[in-house]
Amino acid sequence: MFAYLLRRIAIIIPTLVFVSMIVFGLQQLLPGDPALAMAGEERDPQVIAFLRTKYHLDQPLPVRYGLWVEAVVHGDLGESIRINRPVLDLVLEKLPVTAELAGLAMCFALLIGIPAGVLSAVKNGSVWDYAANVFALWGLSTPNFWLGFLMILLFSVRLGWLPASGYVSPFEDLRQNLGAMIMPAFVLGNAIAAIMMRHTRAAMLQVMGMDYIRTARAKGLAERIVVIKHGLRNALIPVVTLGALEFGQLLSGAVLTEQVFTIPGFGKLIVDAVFNRDYAVVQGVVLCTATAYIVLNLFADITYFLVNPRLRA
Amino acid sequence: MTAIGITTAAAAAPANAKPWQRAVRRLLKRRGAMVGAVVVLFFVVVAVAAPLIAPYEPVATSWSAVRKPPSLEHWFGTDEIGRDVLSRVIFGARASLLAGVVSVCISLACGVPIGLISGYVGGFLDGLLMRITDALLACPFLILAIALAAFLGPSLTNAMIAIGISAMPAFIRLTRAQVLNAKVEDYVEAARAVGNPHRRIVLRHILPNILAPIMVQATLAIAAAIIAEASLSFLGLGQQPPAPSWGSMLNTAKNFLDQAPWMAMWPGAAIFSVVLAFNLFGDGLRDALDPRHRG
Repeated sequence: MFAYLLRRIAIIIPTLVFVSMIVFGLQQLLPGDPALAMAGEERDPQVIAFLRTKYHLDQPLPVRYGLWVEAVVHGDLGESIRINRPVLDLVLEKLPVTAELAGLAMCFALLIGIPAGVLSAVKNGSVWDYAANVFALWGLSTPNFWLGFLMILLFSVRLGWLPASGYVSPFEDLRQNLGAMIMPAFVLGNAIAAIMMRHTRAAMLQVMGMDYIRTARAKGLAERIVVIKHGLRNALIPVVTLGALEFGQLLSGAVLTEQVFTIPGFGKLIVDAVFNRDYAVVQGVVLCTATAYIVLNLFADITYFLVNPRLRA
Repeated sequence: MTAIGITTAAAAAPANAKPWQRAVRRLLKRRGAMVGAVVVLFFVVVAVAAPLIAPYEPVATSWSAVRKPPSLEHWFGTDEIGRDVLSRVIFGARASLLAGVVSVCISLACGVPIGLISGYVGGFLDGLLMRITDALLACPFLILAIALAAFLGPSLTNAMIAIGISAMPAFIRLTRAQVLNAKVEDYVEAARAVGNPHRRIVLRHILPNILAPIMVQATLAIAAAIIAEASLSFLGLGQQPPAPSWGSMLNTAKNFLDQAPWMAMWPGAAIFSVVLAFNLFGDGLRDALDPRHRG
């Protein structure tokens, strides 16, 4: 167990190093002089000289990278040039909002995707299977920002049931918070539900053909117990692990969902930063999401290892 | 490709039929894939013949027809400055299809050679390339594309480059996995035994045998790339106004949802239809090329 953990952690170190290189390398894509690009409309030579010194642009590339990594390791992701605040503070401020949205979206995805996948596999070749596959295709093919518009049109404009935009903290008013988050969470969870449905279906089809399922049936167990206790419990192991891989998709979707529903989260932060030419914030968000993805996958792998006795043997 | 030769479906085909002929026959039998192919073809024709079939100029404004609902004169209505929505949807197909195809070509052109080298050479180089691929995969697709488009500057060309780079790791991984399987096959051993150089073994013996899953991935990646282009344009990082693009049309439409819902309906429906068509075709192609996926 310990050796596996060490080996798994050892793999993520070079990955994190390359992530840092990619994120740092983004700045090199700026056309022309990065100091000029960062200064934007400002053409004051003093400002440009200040930026050049502040971001060590007068130093060779490897030295700049070293200095940047040193700062990042000490929790300094730079400073937003538009609002003069540390990027880490901004990220930590927006993180709970996106985490809530992503958490609720994942709940929707699991509540829809897993039952649909089970039903599709158990009733393989039936109308239910066909309907579940149509649902999966619909989920995979619908741009979530368009689905957001359709839901706003129906539930906010026509029926007036839910707010079209805005965010209220759950600590201020939980009811209003859920009212504002239910539509964006469904929109974001829709595509993930489709992916979960496909994973669950594939895993269930494989599991339901196993000998122990035949044995459970031969013992005279009710089909419901065979499916849920013997089938689903075993099929869920790879599904949960694969679910962790969808974290990236969840974050990508959150960028658009937050834009449609004007939710002040991580996604809105990066989009606003792009238009404000606040490159340190863009880099900070990419670095944080990539690190979160790597750590989450590490946990998923460890969980898979712990719940699968064959791997421990 | 060897799996294709031993399937029951293939057994129904004439014994002398080549594997690709059997795959085409299986593909033609899949109704979903055929519907997908027809819809894709329809959008390709629409994109190519846009100047001939669009009723109005896509950028022509008319202050007397601002936000008009669908009518006989303007089938899909008009937008906030009186442009015909149908004409913009028709011309928008060009940007979407171009972005889908070009960005996947970029992914293929970079990803497949890297995957081939990584899988065939192995050792330290493989480890190094895989860690770089892991790092790219760790950056969420759209967030990396947004960051790249932000640093490169907003334009359709840069959006295509950004999407191509962001989608590349999937092709590297897939190609490498296929090469690892293929390079231990007897025909590769035989090619090596008769003294073929490595480049020839990779390009003439391995690559043609691993093309099927790469083709399937490419078809499905086009669907994802079309959504990604629409997403970037929706955020203002893709096609720049006044040039029409489905994503940028939705970006404008969000400000007029309650007054002019048709502005959001049609471009969204177009994205949905073309992406669904590519997904249907990709799923069918996967089943036809590797029948183990059915069920």
